[in-house]
Amino acid sequence: MTDREPLLAFEHVRISYFTRAGELTVVPDLSFQLGAGEALGLVGESGCGKSTVALSIVRYLGRAGRVVAGRIRFEGRDLAALSDAELRRVRGRRIAMVYQDPVASLNPVLTVGRQLMEVPMLHDGLGPAAARARAVRMLAEVNLADPERVLERYPHQLSGGQQQRIVIAMALIAEPALLILDEPTTGLDVTVEAAVLDLVRALRRRHNSAILYISHNLGTVARVCDRVGVMYGGELVEEAPVRQLFTDPRHPYTRGLLDCLPALGRDRHRAPLAPIPGQVPAPGVRPRGCGFAPRCGHVDPPRCLGGPVALLEIAAAPLHRARCVRAGELPRWTPDRDGTAPTGASASRGEAILRLEGLRKEYRPGGGWLGWRRGAVRALNGVDLAVARGTTLAIVGESGCGKSTLARILSGLEIATGGRVRLGELEVGMLPIDRRPRPLRRTLQMVFQNPDSTLNPSHTAGYAITRALRRLRGLPREESRREMARLLEIVQLPPELAARKPHQLSGGQKQRVAIARALAGDPEVVVADEPVSALDVSVQAAIVNLLGELQAGRGTTLVFISHDLAVVRYLADQVAVMYLGTVAEAGPVDAVFAPPSHPYTEALLSAVPVTDPDDRRPRILLEGTLPSATALPRGCPFASRCPRYLGALCDETPPPEQRLDGGHRIACHIPAAELRRLQASGVPPARAGATAGPPPTSARA
Amino acid sequence: MTPPTLEAAARPVRLARPAARPARLRAWARALGRVTESAPASIGAAIVLAWVLAACLAPALSPYAPNANDFAAVASPTPSRAHWLGTDHLGRDILARILWGARTVLTVAPLAVLGATALGALLGLTAGYYRGWIDLVVSRAGDIILTFPVIILYMIVLATFGSSAGNIIAVLTVTKAPIIARIVRGLTLELRGREYVLAAKMRGESPLYVMLVEILPNARGPLLVDMCLRMGYTIVLIGVLGFLGIGLPPPDPDWGGMVKDTYGMMSVWPHMSLFPCAAISSLVIGFNLLAVGLRELALRD
Repeated sequence: MTDREPLLAFEHVRISYFTRAGELTVVPDLSFQLGAGEALGLVGESGCGKSTVALSIVRYLGRAGRVVAGRIRFEGRDLAALSDAELRRVRGRRIAMVYQDPVASLNPVLTVGRQLMEVPMLHDGLGPAAARARAVRMLAEVNLADPERVLERYPHQLSGGQQQRIVIAMALIAEPALLILDEPTTGLDVTVEAAVLDLVRALRRRHNSAILYISHNLGTVARVCDRVGVMYGGELVEEAPVRQLFTDPRHPYTRGLLDCLPALGRDRHRAPLAPIPGQVPAPGVRPRGCGFAPRCGHVDPPRCLGGPVALLEIAAAPLHRARCVRAGELPRWTPDRDGTAPTGASASRGEAILRLEGLRKEYRPGGGWLGWRRGAVRALNGVDLAVARGTTLAIVGESGCGKSTLARILSGLEIATGGRVRLGELEVGMLPIDRRPRPLRRTLQMVFQNPDSTLNPSHTAGYAITRALRRLRGLPREESRREMARLLEIVQLPPELAARKPHQLSGGQKQRVAIARALAGDPEVVVADEPVSALDVSVQAAIVNLLGELQAGRGTTLVFISHDLAVVRYLADQVAVMYLGTVAEAGPVDAVFAPPSHPYTEALLSAVPVTDPDDRRPRILLEGTLPSATALPRGCPFASRCPRYLGALCDETPPPEQRLDGGHRIACHIPAAELRRLQASGVPPARAGATAGPPPTSARA
Repeated sequence: MTPPTLEAAARPVRLARPAARPARLRAWARALGRVTESAPASIGAAIVLAWVLAACLAPALSPYAPNANDFAAVASPTPSRAHWLGTDHLGRDILARILWGARTVLTVAPLAVLGATALGALLGLTAGYYRGWIDLVVSRAGDIILTFPVIILYMIVLATFGSSAGNIIAVLTVTKAPIIARIVRGLTLELRGREYVLAAKMRGESPLYVMLVEILPNARGPLLVDMCLRMGYTIVLIGVLGFLGIGLPPPDPDWGGMVKDTYGMMSVWPHMSLFPCAAISSLVIGFNLLAVGLRELALRD
């Protein structure tokens, strides 16, 4: 550890939840230390106990959870021994927390200013004027423009990124010694996430607060932390300085997590994803020896299962500890993986099965009185795209760019208000789902985002599939039962799962059932709307591979909607980058991910967190605000935030669509050759003289 | 929490598969077992079950016929060895009348609640699913019904069409359905956008299927709790109707009617009206406790 007295120390802490079923040990025996001013990341998949650890520090475990054994020491004091009054002084003043959802952390009926000023007034006894001055200073530090005005706002008038900055400001305003960040960027768009992460780094240096950073995302941890602890099943399985961990991971689970991550720089042929087999064990079901042994590819049963495995230092690296008996003898990990990637689809490129021409969708706000109408929300604003049969088109963009609206129009859940959608020979843009004939419904099916609501909690998994088979293919009962078993096999699920209801299935299993249901009609086109974004990385890798295999093996055309550029890079043949209802850039995946790129694509790519702590790519931070979708600018929609903004031309004239080789197109005023030159130079763009653009609005799409 | 009755009611018969029967029986047993995990639910269920048993076994349990007069007892109607709860002013055994009265209450109230729930659920599903003008018509019509002072409405209707069990059920069904429709409409608005509902639409299911098979089963928890609460209210209401003299026609025993007949003698013989009151109260408390317990169990999941 460090030579200094640790700020926070966990000493053989055991945390249990007490339920009707009895004591459930979530964290069996956890020890770690965090020095003053240090940043420690805790990573792991859902259910590994990382949030429980965060909550146990401030004693927020609730009535059911309790620290059963061991001690949590903060600044030399045992936190469990503090009285409620002492604890209140520690919380907020010495320890501050930032949670995942900023909406839940801010009181909706108080202005931001009231909430921010409360902290110094309560903890430091400042008067309102001094507290206000401090709040203004703090808001400026978290890079919020016009702090005086922001103080008067209510939380709902701010965007998600602004809200999270305010929560961070509120946490730091008392100058805490320890800042606990629990998945602080999980709900945010990638460009906003990049800005928040940079902010956390900068503030940490300035305030010298120690940080405990909890995340499932290895990339964000690599960007913020000095040291990283990997948790599995409530245990710390590996702990190392950040560079050490990502270049020479010693525990097979850490390696497994890294192998599950698609890399932005490489396509699927060079680095196929290797999902970790099996599932995270339920808490309380712990094997005798190593907890990871049942899923480990390097398992040596007599040694691994013989008894508890200790967290031991690696001989060559004193700060690096791993809970693996074979940690010293495993071959060195490399980011290049072997294995077989789903391939073959690219060959069958042919005629377009799906063609969008000038697609528009407007939402008219209803509820007007006597013909009163506010402006329509323009979700899609002339989208032209084509998907060749048997290929994968990925649509990427941040929230509010219209990608989900596009999926809903393709699937007939909504209808277009302009333009055309041709599916094969048919025009389907104006054809809602209840007017689509059965053969058409069979042709195009959909996989949804949320594994928790994609299946009806009242019906079994088998029912969901057989019902689809009967409705879409008209199979009789017996035959649909047989066909259902075959589909379960295709999505790699055991047949006995058919009798289970959704609450008895894991997230990945539910998503597999949903894929089987979408395949029931033997569709030619599958539209998948963020099918993996709610899943853990190891499960995500398996589902992404499954989609790739299905697409390659069955020749299905896949429209894959995602905000995750690394997954898109891995899975797609063609990519379309959307911004505010328009296509900013589209083309073959390799062309889109290499210069020349649209300035927006460039910013997105630079924002993606990667698991390389030495990553020093220039980060392009998007400033300015998103124009409101009710009042789109006349010129380029990206002009208000574009780092390569040219001036009045961008504001006044819609950008021309530049067509390059191989179907690559970029909608930008800057000539492609110039873009290529600028982007190859490696100098980050700086937005010059940008005062034009629409006035900032609070609207966040 | 898997409430057995409503689940069975909500599921179309053709979905039942022979292979699933033992599993479903086990699920029922589990659901019943869950009730014992909550103290209020257990007590409530015990009270309700006791009354149901009493009503079923009334012919065997009651010592006298409910309308038989024991004129010897009129002189001293207070509880005695011959008449455990005493007799009323006409010498009719109060215990017998309470037991027989349970039969009518426990027939009329559940039928009225079931009717109101069925009608209300259908209206609520339709309004929430289609929205637009259908929602407007259904919701406003319900609001209009709810603005009436119900007692006056009952008096008008029952005075016009005559007072019978059927009419009471009908009028309670119509006046209580809007409240349930409101609950179901809210749940439907929330559930109609769920991805499994979209998936059902994508495979071309009819609106009726989506409403009854995809949406309604997921609204059963709040509905079941509401049904238990509503049973309590309805029992009180039937008592009030009896008290106002527009309840079940005499001479058959009716708890509210028993109070009405005897409350004038309250200062002399309080037992004549207090025992029927106690019967009403205990049954209402039973249903309310059951509702509280079921809600507690639902929240625990």
